[in-house]
Amino acid sequence: MPSTRPLTGSRSRSSSPLISVNGITKSFSNTLANSNIKLSLNNGEIHALLGENGAGKSTLVKIIYGLIAPDSGEMKLSGQIFQPKNPRDARKNGIGMVFQHFSLFNALSVFENIAIGLDERFETASLKARITSLSKNYGLPLNPDDIVGNLSVGQQQRIEIVRCLLQNPKLLIMDEPTSVLNPLEVEQLFYTLKKLASEGTSILYISHKLAEVKDLCKRATVLRGGKVVDTCNTHDFSASELAELMVGNSIKPTVKLNRKFRDIVLKLENVYQDSEDPFGTSIRNLNLEVKGGEILGVGGVSGNGQDELMTALSGELPPRKGKIFFKGSDISLLNAESRRALGIFSAPEERLGHAACPSMKLSENVLITCSKTAKLTKYGIIQKKSSEEITQEIINKFDVKTNSTSSVASSLSGGNLQKFVIGRELLQNPKLLIINQPTWGVDASAAAFIRQAIIGLAEAGTAVVIISQDLDELIEISDSFTALVGGRISDPKPMSGLKIRDIGQMMSGAMSYD
Amino acid sequence: MIKFVPRTKQSPITSAIIPVLAVAFTMVFGGILFWMLGKDPFETIRMIFWDPLMNETFADYARPQILVKAAPLILIAIGLSFGFRANIWNIGAEGQFIMGAIFSGALGLAVYPQESFLLFPSMIVFGIIGGVFWASIPALLRTYFNTNEILVSLMLVYVAEQVLAAASIGFLRNPEGAGFPGSRNLSQYPSAANLEIISGTGIHWGVATALISVIFFYILLYKHKFGFQVSLSGMSPKAARLSGVNPKFLVILCLALSGGLAGLAGMFELTGPAGQITIDFNVGYGFTAIIVAFLGRLNPIGILFSGILMALTYVGGELTQFMLNLPAAAIQVFQGMLLFFLLSMDLLVNYKIKLARW
Repeated sequence: MPSTRPLTGSRSRSSSPLISVNGITKSFSNTLANSNIKLSLNNGEIHALLGENGAGKSTLVKIIYGLIAPDSGEMKLSGQIFQPKNPRDARKNGIGMVFQHFSLFNALSVFENIAIGLDERFETASLKARITSLSKNYGLPLNPDDIVGNLSVGQQQRIEIVRCLLQNPKLLIMDEPTSVLNPLEVEQLFYTLKKLASEGTSILYISHKLAEVKDLCKRATVLRGGKVVDTCNTHDFSASELAELMVGNSIKPTVKLNRKFRDIVLKLENVYQDSEDPFGTSIRNLNLEVKGGEILGVGGVSGNGQDELMTALSGELPPRKGKIFFKGSDISLLNAESRRALGIFSAPEERLGHAACPSMKLSENVLITCSKTAKLTKYGIIQKKSSEEITQEIINKFDVKTNSTSSVASSLSGGNLQKFVIGRELLQNPKLLIINQPTWGVDASAAAFIRQAIIGLAEAGTAVVIISQDLDELIEISDSFTALVGGRISDPKPMSGLKIRDIGQMMSGAMSYD
Repeated sequence: MIKFVPRTKQSPITSAIIPVLAVAFTMVFGGILFWMLGKDPFETIRMIFWDPLMNETFADYARPQILVKAAPLILIAIGLSFGFRANIWNIGAEGQFIMGAIFSGALGLAVYPQESFLLFPSMIVFGIIGGVFWASIPALLRTYFNTNEILVSLMLVYVAEQVLAAASIGFLRNPEGAGFPGSRNLSQYPSAANLEIISGTGIHWGVATALISVIFFYILLYKHKFGFQVSLSGMSPKAARLSGVNPKFLVILCLALSGGLAGLAGMFELTGPAGQITIDFNVGYGFTAIIVAFLGRLNPIGILFSGILMALTYVGGELTQFMLNLPAAAIQVFQGMLLFFLLSMDLLVNYKIKLARW
């Protein structure tokens, strides 16, 4: 297929691939994370590595980056056998990696963060100059003296990229880079990546977002269950065909019926909430209304006040200022337990450690949020039998794959635990449900199931607030949309009338939008 | 670089075996210590663990003594275990023990010599109040000023010791005591005395309370929502807050609980075995109870056994002191070893040691 892209592929015709992976196999205790993996990248190619959570993508790139040694198989870099002993060795050979979770010190400056990670010696002034020029050159403007904690997530990612680029990598590995970016930042990142590729840098781009893979990459390698399913030209497949390759079966699209909104259930009046994290974002002067039967999607990258909004709504911390009304009555000062008694349930983002206790049994984990509403305690005494019954009911109704009600929460996979957590709240017939990142790190079929369950709940008249940084998800299920950026929220708009550009503008914090 | 990697799987059996192994290791290394001090290690170990229970000459005296010494250890350790589960570290039970004794003793001495059946229960209440009062200082300082309760509670032990000294030479001194330090003997004041319930067994009201507490707090910990929330707060503080726990209130509650039980233990000790407030009234129960709590796996029934075991080392230790001339410090080292081995074995069972690659 002839390339129509002006920026990519100028040197991709070179005869031997930059890196080739042949028959890589790696197993952990009893799971086979990588089985006989084959992959090759040409110079200047942006190659997608597709797969669901747990498909083996991370293991593969960690092997390439020298973090894990493979059990068998070999890699070649520019025709030479390549066996990186550690990441430093990989970097010396021209491989750079930008992780999904940054390793940055919030209290240090951009320059200091970059200097710490550098393998070779440098001079302060010249390094600062190089950072500035390099970042400008690739559309990643950065001021070396800014304190990292004050920067947006997108800017923090730039630091990680610039840190790699300083070492002139031949291969740049990007692990789910857009999961934390807003649409405008994504556009900027793609510009950078395409420019890098045009200059001959190969990029291995890990993602499960198919639209952007089709936009950015010509070829894709699809992993499923630790094996390569296919290496294909992305132009020959539609997004849904790629999804089928990834998942192995077709996913039922969520069904959304038209429904009527009822009375106002949740109302926020000038709510302020301070962040508990010194580098977190406090929310300021929030006003919001959600009606019964309405699903309100709150977009925005986490760290923009998402956690603070969540604690204010769930009742974990009363708001510092302002009032929260539920069906007209002031609930600002009620704690999470008292709010649940009224029918306000919430599912926080962090499944292990917040929504559920890792080392406790499932039948104990139901006590965290259901002990009052499901009458799991009598005069304070825990009713073991009722707890087990309701746990079994959640497992059955929400298709949670687990051995028994006495499995500990940490033994469940991310998707199954999320189904359990969501199921636990849904079974209590909430009148208002607040969910932070409902499908984060959950495989596609479980995600579809959870979304459908949320829609079903809204159809029965529940008001739902979904805080998510997955825009596709919000577009799919919400009725109205707002963005939480820098601790401020824009006026919600009906989802049906919004274009992706409008959303981008709302998310870039353009308050003048109204 | 050495790294500790958490082990994924653990059997519940290992958790029960570790304390037994720790005791065995303590016997071996304690034996070496005694041997280095020039004593016969086997005889010393036998004298600590066996003679108090089975030796005909000592058992009649020693058996009741074991219960008398176990009771305060068990009461204090149960209180501490709730806080320890929730990562609230009260290290100052010794001070709360002293304050419980001073508060209850002050009440008894104030109404002396009137007799009333209400006095003993009132003194119990005062003992609890004294302990709660002393523990509430680190609790309030932590919740309002973010101080470290470990340091504050520990430092308050030394303050309590000064108050104890002031009481025994000053405001609570026996007016008929010919100027000697120390209060009247409350165990000879019928309304205030904590007497043996069954004579010759050592079972006084404190021992009975300790046994009832084991059952009560076992149910509270494992069957009641409060116990669940305490454990949850220790394992996942965020999940606890989601479930409706107010973390600050829990700090106050746990410190008050441990302080109250320590104060109660102080009251029973004062009115029974000790009898009077003296400068050296406290003998370290509050500190030893920390070992008892951990040795008992922070479980009230486990604490019952570890408390009795620890009391055994006290009584047996005394035996070795006057039979073998072993220094008292050697017995304290021996008790310390027990905690050391327990904690280090816990670490090895929960974590693998790995040499990192770079």
